[in-house]
Amino acid sequence: MSWLVLASGSSGEPWWISLIKAAIVINLVLFGFAYLTLIERKVMGRMQLRYGPNRVGPFGTLQPIADLVKLIRKESFFPAAAIDVLYILGPFLAAFTALTTFSVIPWGPGWTIGGYEVTGYVADVSISLLLIFAIGSIGIYGFIIGGWASDSKFALLGSMRTCAQLVSYEVSLALSVLGVVIMAKSLSLVDIVAAQGADIWYVIPQIVGFVIFILAGTAETARAPFDLPEAEQELVAGYHTEYGGMRFGLYSMSEYINLITLSGLAVTLFLGGWHGPWLPGPVWFIIKLAVIIFVFIWMRTTLPRLRYDQLMRFGWKVLLPIATVNAVVTAILVVWI
Amino acid sequence: MQPFGTLKGFGVTFKHIFKQPITQQYPEYKRPVYPRFRGRHRLHRHANGLEKCVGCSLCAAACPSDCIRVVAAENTAEHRVSAGERYARIYEINLSRCIFCGYCELACPFDAITLGNEFELSEYSRDDLIYTKDMLLAEPIKRIPVQDADLYDTPIPAYKTSS
Repeated sequence: MSWLVLASGSSGEPWWISLIKAAIVINLVLFGFAYLTLIERKVMGRMQLRYGPNRVGPFGTLQPIADLVKLIRKESFFPAAAIDVLYILGPFLAAFTALTTFSVIPWGPGWTIGGYEVTGYVADVSISLLLIFAIGSIGIYGFIIGGWASDSKFALLGSMRTCAQLVSYEVSLALSVLGVVIMAKSLSLVDIVAAQGADIWYVIPQIVGFVIFILAGTAETARAPFDLPEAEQELVAGYHTEYGGMRFGLYSMSEYINLITLSGLAVTLFLGGWHGPWLPGPVWFIIKLAVIIFVFIWMRTTLPRLRYDQLMRFGWKVLLPIATVNAVVTAILVVWI
Repeated sequence: MQPFGTLKGFGVTFKHIFKQPITQQYPEYKRPVYPRFRGRHRLHRHANGLEKCVGCSLCAAACPSDCIRVVAAENTAEHRVSAGERYARIYEINLSRCIFCGYCELACPFDAITLGNEFELSEYSRDDLIYTKDMLLAEPIKRIPVQDADLYDTPIPAYKTSS
């Protein structure tokens, strides 16, 4: 049962509390994903002088449910030439890894309920930051496998682009976080949040890292202006061209949950996690999460898509050097001051 | 300057959140059609109740998509339908073929057929799209608002001033 010990971390809470918390967090994240699609369409609509979906339910609030029902009821076909095991495995891998990564993000200070100590995170792994990046990298396999196994030119090109883009920007993303890790002297997200509660939020000393994190994160979640993997005008839909029904839904879900996780990571690393005055921790966490997600949506409406060479140049020649310098300067300052 | 230009773009999109959307919510709000909009056909009567159509089939001859079918019959003293010698015993327009060009209107010597303002013509079956004489003679059930004619003579389009 060593994995249970790992899951419940160093705190003394029984393992079943972790399971309950995991169920709650997964359901909240799924709920958040469903309404994120609606909110994104609403906000984008407003920015483009439209209403966005407003037909299903009051103010369109039942739109995600209608979408879900539509996707589930659709035929789950696959192309005749597709490699069926991998074709089905692709979306599952992507969705699974997307859901897993949220488990290490702390969202509260921890409480004592009915004599049991309940921590404000599902799992505290001492290397949770590395874990998130590692699982995220496994998630890329979901995209590559899906695009490759569906035997389509568009899907293959899309998955190649996804692969190249995600691998390129993962470097800058990991390096931009390095400054925070150096300042907090820990890879555990719980410790990083605790360090920010004691000290200032790292967005102030690590503003460069924060900006790089947001930019590389946009590319990492393949959102506009870095949405080349699914550029509709040139590739039909990217790696999920040949997918339909709930398999497409799983891909879409994994993309949005990756966005939520990434925003949660930005909040945790740079914006002090759940720390904040007056309101309880989870509320602050959700407020900050909403702000970051709004910035992502805002960016999507405002900026046009980059060309592929611009994307690569921006990743390797702009973000990577700045992230490296940022990490080195932070290291020097931390050692000398 | 490139970065400031980008930031300006962010400002523009943010500002637009607080503006009223210019969307016209269609089924609730029907945008008034142009005064000379060509919608569903209508057949007309004289003031004394007689039909204007005399069954000459000129409309059917003019129709490029061949969607009008006219079968004429003689008027008699005890059964007088139209003002002319003959009347249209059958007058059918297949609206699934009609292209709303208005040639029938131009071809008609008695102004018996005109193109009205109705544009909501969807049906569940193709057969329902064949409009018979009774349907064309009847007053339209749905009233379509018609735009004020001089609104379109202004140099600035209405959607720019009204929203």
